[in-house]
Amino acid sequence: MHEMSLCEGILRVIEEQAESQNYHKVKTVWLEIGALAGVEVEALRFGFDVVMKDSIARDAKLEVIHVPGQAWCMQCMKNIEIAQRFDACPDCGSHQLQVNGGEALQIKELEVE
Amino acid sequence: MCIDCGCASADKSNEVKIDGHHHHSHDPHTSESRKLRIEVDILGKNNEYAAKNRSVFSARNILALNLVSSPGSGKTSLLTKTLTDLKPSHAMAVIEGDQQTANDAERIRETGVAAVQINTGKGCHLDAHMVGHAMENLGLENNSLLFIENVGNLVCPAEFDLGEAHKVAILSVTEGEDKPLKYPDMFHAADVMILNKVDLLPYVNFDVEKCIAYARRVNPGIEVIQLSATQGTGMNHWYQWLDAKRPHQQAKEA
Repeated sequence: MHEMSLCEGILRVIEEQAESQNYHKVKTVWLEIGALAGVEVEALRFGFDVVMKDSIARDAKLEVIHVPGQAWCMQCMKNIEIAQRFDACPDCGSHQLQVNGGEALQIKELEVE
Repeated sequence: MCIDCGCASADKSNEVKIDGHHHHSHDPHTSESRKLRIEVDILGKNNEYAAKNRSVFSARNILALNLVSSPGSGKTSLLTKTLTDLKPSHAMAVIEGDQQTANDAERIRETGVAAVQINTGKGCHLDAHMVGHAMENLGLENNSLLFIENVGNLVCPAEFDLGEAHKVAILSVTEGEDKPLKYPDMFHAADVMILNKVDLLPYVNFDVEKCIAYARRVNPGIEVIQLSATQGTGMNHWYQWLDAKRPHQQAKEA
């Protein structure tokens, strides 16, 4: 359940930005979550509502932008898409893969007023 | 009816005061809503603390290791054996993470090595900020080894960089050999997998080769060390690994 501390991290960013960007209410939060970021989206949604309660983002809608996992196949010498870390290359079946995308966890955008 | 602005809501629970004014979630005095593109990493704060810890380790020539595993894999036994064996030749310290109790730190201190216990309470992992404070309380020596024993959990600690040089994943042969596939993020994040309790192999149904193959599926470069912390088998392999990872330059005494 580290999703709860991720939500606390989101709230910290929102509160820090509120001062510098001059807003008092957050209506929507867009999160980019990579398929390999180790985040359970349903747990994150649950934690989000709990953590945002009593904050300036208490009624905020959470929008999740999913980013697929990506890896470099050392056999095929090209990028391929993977859903899990233990996936094989869909073309050659090799597990000699270097993950190079889909690990990010980012607050992309906020709708504020 | 609300007495402050006359709106229909009587529910004070979703009310906040901003700059001494009174607002509701359905704020009738609407201001313009706008979109802000911020692109901030959620783990950014933790990563900043981790970078700070890492620069302390580097300046003082400390090899910091983050030990991760399920509860009961024998992390603390591996540590107490390591500390006892290496104490004559190595300066060492330990940061112990558990949800509750100081039992593990006490077990460590019995070896004569300094240890600080962090209780995470409800938390399921250590973060770089907690480790930074623990470092202040430890009085770390230059050119030493720092073992950070994370909370027994193969999921959450994978995502939190503590500033360590390497994550060391410990798996015991009394667990399932498919754990690297069940918890791929952790075995991907680790640089070495220690297979502990190998003295029990004759009594359990654990396929070592299969386990190593699974681990390399999620992390082709992962190193594997097989040992038994209680019997001492394979411990030399682990000590050689530790010495090989220590920074070569010696930090000057402050």
